[in-house]
Amino acid sequence: MIRFLIRRIALGVFVMWMVTVLVFGIFFLGGNANTVAYRLAGKDATPLTVMLIRKRLELNKPIYQQYGHFLWQLTWHHSLGYSYYHGESVGSILKQAVPITFSLTLGAAVIWLILGVLSGVLSAVRRGSIFDRAVTALALFFYSMPTFVLGLLLLFLVSFQLQKRGIRWFPGQGYTYISANPVKWFQSLILPWITLALVSAATYTRLTRGSLLEVLGEDYIRTARAKGLRERRVIYRHGLRSALTPVASQFGIDVGTLLGGAIITETVFGMPGLGYTAVQSIQNQDLPVIIGIVIIASAAVIVANILVDIFYAVLDPRVRLH
Amino acid sequence: MSLTGTPIQAPLEEQPAGVDAAAANPKIEGRSTWQLAWARLRRDRAAVISAVVILIIILVAIFAPVFATITGHGVNEQFRTTGLNPEGLPVAPGKTFLLGTDDQGRDLLVRLAYGSRVSLEVGVLATLLTVAVGAVLGLAAGYLGGIVDTIVARLVDLVLSLPYLLFAISLVSISHPGMRIVIIVIVVFGWAAVARIIRGQVLSIREKEFIEAARSLGASSWRIMFVEILPNVMAQLIVYATLLIPVSIVAEASLSFLGLGIPPPTADWGQMLAEAESIYQQAWWFIVFPGAALLITTLAFNILGDGVRDALDPRIDRL
Repeated sequence: MIRFLIRRIALGVFVMWMVTVLVFGIFFLGGNANTVAYRLAGKDATPLTVMLIRKRLELNKPIYQQYGHFLWQLTWHHSLGYSYYHGESVGSILKQAVPITFSLTLGAAVIWLILGVLSGVLSAVRRGSIFDRAVTALALFFYSMPTFVLGLLLLFLVSFQLQKRGIRWFPGQGYTYISANPVKWFQSLILPWITLALVSAATYTRLTRGSLLEVLGEDYIRTARAKGLRERRVIYRHGLRSALTPVASQFGIDVGTLLGGAIITETVFGMPGLGYTAVQSIQNQDLPVIIGIVIIASAAVIVANILVDIFYAVLDPRVRLH
Repeated sequence: MSLTGTPIQAPLEEQPAGVDAAAANPKIEGRSTWQLAWARLRRDRAAVISAVVILIIILVAIFAPVFATITGHGVNEQFRTTGLNPEGLPVAPGKTFLLGTDDQGRDLLVRLAYGSRVSLEVGVLATLLTVAVGAVLGLAAGYLGGIVDTIVARLVDLVLSLPYLLFAISLVSISHPGMRIVIIVIVVFGWAAVARIIRGQVLSIREKEFIEAARSLGASSWRIMFVEILPNVMAQLIVYATLLIPVSIVAEASLSFLGLGIPPPTADWGQMLAEAESIYQQAWWFIVFPGAALLITTLAFNILGDGVRDALDPRIDRL
């Protein structure tokens, strides 16, 4: 177990290092150092101004020196540097964005997990029934629905139509911090939660249903039935337990990815979380902010994967960690 | 729906012509796996309907200029007097503009028709390339083993552990915007999942007797990989490809929605929805029609993909 953890964490650190190298490479290969300097200098800037800006941001140094400086700052001063544009520290930008993405993702994850697993189990148990067919059709519908289409439709059909009639339960776009006003925080998150949850739940319904049906055909389920266990116990204790392993690994991947920024949902609902900030800074070529977000995003994916592997071993005694 | 994390259940192994099918058919005649699959697919009503829908979308894409000719509205033509109301807002669906106009007074129907071209082109091209790259690398890793396998497996791990949408956006943002980079990005982040599946299959196939026979006859590695093994993983590749098309279409539309895909003025569904985002309160048709077009397309491909999977894999009977 300890060896497993050490190995996986080492691998994770390696991947994160690769990721920073990749981002640096993409940035400088694209010639963005010049783009940033010109954009900051404004329309009618003299070459001198551009040069001074490049010097101030240390963009004129060779790429390996800049990368070395970045690593030094990160490891010794625990600093991710400062935004090229407003001089704000990347740390404080991330501190504002992280709670938004976390409340969005974790809230939605709870909804989609319950919705997806429950509907998947019920439709597998009642295979072939009208309920099963309806769930399967609905799941396929939402599985095919692009996130931003659902988000826009909810904004139009729910938020806007209600507001036209004077009901202001759903504010539409924007975000309120929980510390500022918990009620408004909740209201601003309902539609984004539903959007993210419905689109994701569909995958879990399909996965749970398929996996449970497969497991229920196995010999040990027949054995459990043969020794006279109640059907309920057979399905929920014996069947579901091993049917949930693929669901767990999908859940880890999804939550990990979304914690790095639910890019589409945040953009549709104008929530300045990690994903929204990432898109903005990528469009501005604000390298320090991009790197900061990418590091958080990769870390989230890696941690989620490790947790999934541990959970696997807990759920299924046949799995050994090594 | 995600590019790399999509669970696509591919059939585990190809079955020889089923015994049941032969028993049900009194006139005994040999039928190949493909013939059997085709027969099963034709009986699947949902799959047939979605195939027809896809055919219609393809026809719309091919004959998009016809829409422009009939309506007399060019795809990028702005109708500032008839296409926008006095406040400069889009015009609702009516006689002149069947599906209304967009924020610049262009005919939405004509733009939707042209937009289907981008979606289909990206969907099909990106999918073919993704599957080709994934299949070749998966075959090589599985069959050749050794250093090739190590490198491919590490690359797969790396690609699958990247926050792909973030990287896709960064890559797109530093290149010339357009269809080429969108397709490249989809392939770069999509091949790993295919390679992983195919590698797993190849590992078990290469131990079979017929591979040993081919090898003892002096067949080259190339021949064994592409003539002996490839046909045996073809069923999975086809299933995966069908289900990857809608994923690629959504990936392209998402990038365009974020303003990083197909640049204006080319008509594109994702881009239309991005433009509609600021104006949907005054023009419902501007989000409803492009949204519906996108949803119908992905839905049709997904239903067909499910049908193809069931048809090629009789063991899992309609999961």
